[in-house]
Amino acid sequence: MTVGAEVSALFRAERGRIVATLIRLTGDWDLAEECVQDAFARALECWPRDGVPQRPGAWLTTTARNRALDRLRRAGVEAAKLGEVVAMPHDVPDEHDGIGDDLLRLIFTCCHPALTLQARVALTLRTVAGLTAAEIARAFLVPEATMTKRLVRARQKIRNARIPYRVPPAHLLPERTAGVLGVLYLLFNEGYAAGGGAELLRRELCAEAIRLARTLVALLPDEPEAVGLLALTLVQDSRRDARFDRAGDLVPLDRQDRTRWDHAQVEEGVALLDAALRRGRPGPYQVQAAIAACHATATRAEDTDWPQIALLYGELLKLVPSPVVRLNRAVAVAMVDGPAAGLALVDELADGITGHLLPATRADLLRRLGREAEARAAYERARDLAPTDVERRHLARLVNARSGGVRR
Amino acid sequence: MKYMLLICVDDTIEPTAGDPTIEQWLAEVDGVRLDGSQLRSAQDATTVRRRGDEVLLTDGPFAETKEQIVGYDVVDCADLDEAIRIASRHPCARFGSVEVRPFFTG
Repeated sequence: MTVGAEVSALFRAERGRIVATLIRLTGDWDLAEECVQDAFARALECWPRDGVPQRPGAWLTTTARNRALDRLRRAGVEAAKLGEVVAMPHDVPDEHDGIGDDLLRLIFTCCHPALTLQARVALTLRTVAGLTAAEIARAFLVPEATMTKRLVRARQKIRNARIPYRVPPAHLLPERTAGVLGVLYLLFNEGYAAGGGAELLRRELCAEAIRLARTLVALLPDEPEAVGLLALTLVQDSRRDARFDRAGDLVPLDRQDRTRWDHAQVEEGVALLDAALRRGRPGPYQVQAAIAACHATATRAEDTDWPQIALLYGELLKLVPSPVVRLNRAVAVAMVDGPAAGLALVDELADGITGHLLPATRADLLRRLGREAEARAAYERARDLAPTDVERRHLARLVNARSGGVRR
Repeated sequence: MKYMLLICVDDTIEPTAGDPTIEQWLAEVDGVRLDGSQLRSAQDATTVRRRGDEVLLTDGPFAETKEQIVGYDVVDCADLDEAIRIASRHPCARFGSVEVRPFFTG
């Protein structure tokens, strides 16, 4: 590996932890990030000449700390306040013996519920994952200035309202952990959603969400829902190469080329899920991962275990009584008991759900019942409500397939 | 760190019998609460603005919303989590809302 490649690998793997440590030592998020940036720049300067140090993580942490100390001294910060930064041992360990606590502290602070969900996502991507404001802005389709402002405001609130920099105490931990998982899941879905142009960036978001979920699992090994989320994202993401055709159009699950799924990733996800379920503390992410696994382990679409999926959606509904879950359950029931049974469940939902998913599902069930005219009207409605070009194109094709009374 | 808890309530809503009382809350926050008071109804408020040399008065609160500030408490907490915990236990948080605002200086 070249020194440059080694530094960028370290940047991905270690940057978050080093920033987390520097924030703890200095209490200053901007200073921490700048000094860590400087440390990586120095590594690029020194390592080709002096060789890569034996423990590069420790070298980077120490360099960043010295830089922070330097800047604080120059800014005239009193000696007392420098105490903790100075007190930090010169020879910092670079293995995960307790120092992962800093990273966990950082993740929990970025995901604090006193920040807006948007701010939590942005801050996690910026501070933990090390994406630039410009990259995050592009991923979320907002101007860079808007994203920069969002990040500045979030950090200001952390400082001014004194949001604590810590892993929450036991009585808050379950709900705060659920909050962190929610941020990571949103991040993954943002990347997974069928979005036009920035395809590469979206894949990057999914990869980042998976990486962060992995980190969380390593830091919170006793939390089966964290494992469930990791399993869910791995299994969903395994389909990334088969979800779109060459023209960039959406390929529905039952028509995807299953040989193009990432089977190693499915296997990893399923193994993780099995281990999580054995703990006997199921939750929404574990159940969703189990549903995803049913799809992912079917060799052909017609081998899908729909009765099991319908059952799992029933379980999920108990944990998350949301209209979207009811809609998904109706789809599964339609596969088991026929489209009429599914349609009855969908029509019970009536206006409980906005957006294109309900009419798209109704349209599909009506089509299978041979009610073409009604199916067409529902597809049209779904097309008009679809949020992305890719989905609009997909639904428009389904509308056209049944125009002029032509039946397939 | 000092925080102002602004207690906001829609005064057409009556608290449910059996809810914790303000006395219980006051006992709980003894030592943390520095100051506070109930305020008269927003109907008795006068809003003052000065534009140029002219002093403009409005009868009523600065924002005509359903929920109005009915009181405030100043608390001294270690961090926002502690302030949130205290605010969430205020009896009015059950049917109204409590805005937690940090002071400019600790």
